[in-house]
Amino acid sequence: MTDIDETPAGLRDRGLPGEGLDARLVVDRGIFRLDVALTAAPGDVVALLGPNGAGKTTALRALAGLVPLTGGHLCLDGAALDRTPPEARPVGVVFQDYLLFPHLSALDNVAFGPRCRGATKAEARAQAAGWLARMGLTGHAGAKPRRLSGGQAQRVALARALATRPRLLLLDEPLAALDARTRLEVRAQLRRHLAEFEAVAVLVTHDPLDAMVLADRLVVVEHGRVVQEGTPSDIARRPRTDYVAQLVGLNLYRGQADGHTVRLEAGPALTITEDLSGPVFVAFPPGAVTLHRDRPTGSSARNLWRCEVAGLETHGDQIRADLTGTLPLTADLTTVAAAELGLHPGAVVWAAVKAAQTHAYPA
Amino acid sequence: MTEVDRARTVVPESGARRARALGGVPLPLLLPALVGLAFLLLPLLALLIRAPWRSLPQQLTSAEVWQALQLSLVSATAATAVSLVLGVPLAWLLARTDFPGRGLVRALVTLPLVLPPVVGGVALLLALGRGGVVGQWLDAWFGITLPFTTAGVVVAEAFVAMPFLVISVEGTLRAADPRYEEAATTLGASRFTAFRRVTLPLIAPGIAAGAVLAWARALGEFGATITFAGNFPGRTQTMPLAVYLALQNDPAAAIALSLVLLTVSIAVLAGLRDRWMTAST
Amino acid sequence: MTRSARRTRTLRTAAAGAVALLALGACSSSSSDGSSSSGPDSSASSSPRPSGTVTVFAAASLKESFTTLGKEFERQHPGTEVAFNFGGSDTLAASITAGAPADVFAAASARTMATVTDGKDAAGTPVAFARNQLEIATLPGNPDRISSLKDLTKPGLKVVLCDKAVPCGAAAQKALGASHLELTPVSYEQDVRSALTKVELKEADAAVVYKTDVKAAGGRVQGVEFPESAEALNDYSITLLKNAPNAAAAKAFVELVTSAEGQQVLTRAGFLKP
Repeated sequence: MTDIDETPAGLRDRGLPGEGLDARLVVDRGIFRLDVALTAAPGDVVALLGPNGAGKTTALRALAGLVPLTGGHLCLDGAALDRTPPEARPVGVVFQDYLLFPHLSALDNVAFGPRCRGATKAEARAQAAGWLARMGLTGHAGAKPRRLSGGQAQRVALARALATRPRLLLLDEPLAALDARTRLEVRAQLRRHLAEFEAVAVLVTHDPLDAMVLADRLVVVEHGRVVQEGTPSDIARRPRTDYVAQLVGLNLYRGQADGHTVRLEAGPALTITEDLSGPVFVAFPPGAVTLHRDRPTGSSARNLWRCEVAGLETHGDQIRADLTGTLPLTADLTTVAAAELGLHPGAVVWAAVKAAQTHAYPA
Repeated sequence: MTEVDRARTVVPESGARRARALGGVPLPLLLPALVGLAFLLLPLLALLIRAPWRSLPQQLTSAEVWQALQLSLVSATAATAVSLVLGVPLAWLLARTDFPGRGLVRALVTLPLVLPPVVGGVALLLALGRGGVVGQWLDAWFGITLPFTTAGVVVAEAFVAMPFLVISVEGTLRAADPRYEEAATTLGASRFTAFRRVTLPLIAPGIAAGAVLAWARALGEFGATITFAGNFPGRTQTMPLAVYLALQNDPAAAIALSLVLLTVSIAVLAGLRDRWMTAST
Repeated sequence: MTRSARRTRTLRTAAAGAVALLALGACSSSSSDGSSSSGPDSSASSSPRPSGTVTVFAAASLKESFTTLGKEFERQHPGTEVAFNFGGSDTLAASITAGAPADVFAAASARTMATVTDGKDAAGTPVAFARNQLEIATLPGNPDRISSLKDLTKPGLKVVLCDKAVPCGAAAQKALGASHLELTPVSYEQDVRSALTKVELKEADAAVVYKTDVKAAGGRVQGVEFPESAEALNDYSITLLKNAPNAAAAKAFVELVTSAEGQQVLTRAGFLKP
């Protein structure tokens, strides 16, 4: 599948030359330095994914003009925005907790942008009513924000940001303020609205599911740097950092490949199906690990290690075991299997992974 | 139980806003609270007890009393308006911007709070008087002299009252989320529009509270007013001045005047509280 | 050069005015420090040797001369201390009738002294010891060429008077009434010092104050005498108070004030003989 290997350059080819977002955001903040390059074509939804404190929100604020750039550049549809104040940028923002103006009705919140950009009061309100209708919120036009549910508030915030007809839509943790049940529904709606949006959308999230569902492309940021970018499926299959591996739920190791054997940096060697040489990543899901009380004899698995159980937790309808020993790894097993093995912290087990269930790729 | 009963009769109840009955209030809080309340109310009570009720109607029909009262209300309101126009932007500057020496500026702004008002009056004379640092130019260029005029009363009262407003509004601004202003700018609002259409309505309760404080302070202002604006009936003689001078040789009249001032201010403050200040809680 | 010199002088004048006002504020609030330290022998009334603290409530206009006399008294009677409470005569009289512990009361008008004698708070009959005469205080050099009370009614002139409620204001009204003059001031000040300050700060062109105040202000104002002031002389009287904690020393202080030596000090300050 070639679409896995979509590069930023390849993406840009989809739009007209000069259209879309082309930015390198450098923000120096004493000990913290953000240096992130972002490109996107109109219609793209890019997710900035990263742990707390990675600089995602700073990047978003820099795009909006709320934080000045100390270096780099910012071009949108061919126009440099580096020195443009936030109010003059064609950028719409959906803030983390929406920041709907509490003294204004939903309608007036949405009409605020058009009004500030020169529309008459009547025009602005008519536009706002249209946006609310598209969001299915006509019945709540007169409601003050505190009377809206979380999902409704999120849609009003989206309508407010879209009403200025931005060429760049920024969403800061758009679903973080919602409870689990509303989240599912709102995520689906947001996906639909983002799919309809014709310009560039950048969303910031620490939730891999939100990122995978909403975005066409993920940019993983750690410590102010881009550590990996690609399509959701690419990222999910080929994580390149421990953080990403943890997000997508894979065991990830780095090592030197020589044919079908990889000498891991962590210690032991691992057999793979691919034929590679040089530095590689090896990944396999926790479900691919089988555990045995005694060393299995005649097993087809050539990857076998003696481990000790460090911790156990429920993970969905399974048990996830954290193992230490020759190779630290996580394994998923059924509750029944866990009971039969008599797993408890401190217990010694043998862990096996079939070569066919590993996935190795150049580092 | 008797403690509680007494408390019930003293503390005004305000319906739904009362969090809970006084039954569960711990004694170490209740006792000093009641002593504090008595301490504040006793002098006012004494004023009522010793008031010359029989001659009161006659005292109150004098034209001078109404003149002074009217002047007091007008000038205190004007001083509050001046404080609002100048004080709210100043509070915004202190709360929302960062400039070298901001801490010092804030301290200077609150200085009129600790300055004896009489000294404030002298300082105003030195600044805005006929021969003052700025006043001499006001006189020379525009023919404006502030001392001995009603405008002078407003200036003196605003000088003393504005810090109350600035402190109150700055506190509210600090408590208000500055990201609302950011949200407004991303929607295309200039910083001023963001202030006017978002911040101002958000901090309206704080501004109202500050304005009420400032108004009350201006209404009771004596030292700075009499020093800067002098004392002339109908022009610069406000109620506190009338009270003070009546006190010199006719204490009964002074008490009568004080009662009028008290009644009017209680009426106004209670009215405002119900209309505005409830929104702040 | 001249410009900066003038500015310095203005500032100095202003500062002096500020100090005068501050002093006024201070003395009217400090009531009776030292009254408690009046010595255990104060009740021995027959004792001829004064000792301990004498508390004197005196009209604000007496500040300079009485302070001088107080020092003199302490020199003459070692072991004594004179504590003063200077203020408006009315305020002082009111606090005496309300029970403030004082030995001596010196009032600036017969009316305020009457408050104390009517309240049966005086011991014996008050003695008149000085008179104060009104004078017009003008800006230094008298730029408006004021030479009479009538000149104060000139249009455009900013004149301040004391309020009718205080003795200097009552006296000024008496003088104006005697000469059938209508004078509308820009302000009726709460006391004579405030009236004087307005001229010192050049906010007013003239004020009607006491001769003693003009003298105390030194070169910051210029005095203009006017004949009608004879119609409105203020009689200063002094009395021992009935509940005096230190009657013996108080008596000695009253004697000093009425003595030839005391009169000399008062005359030097601008007072007239009674």
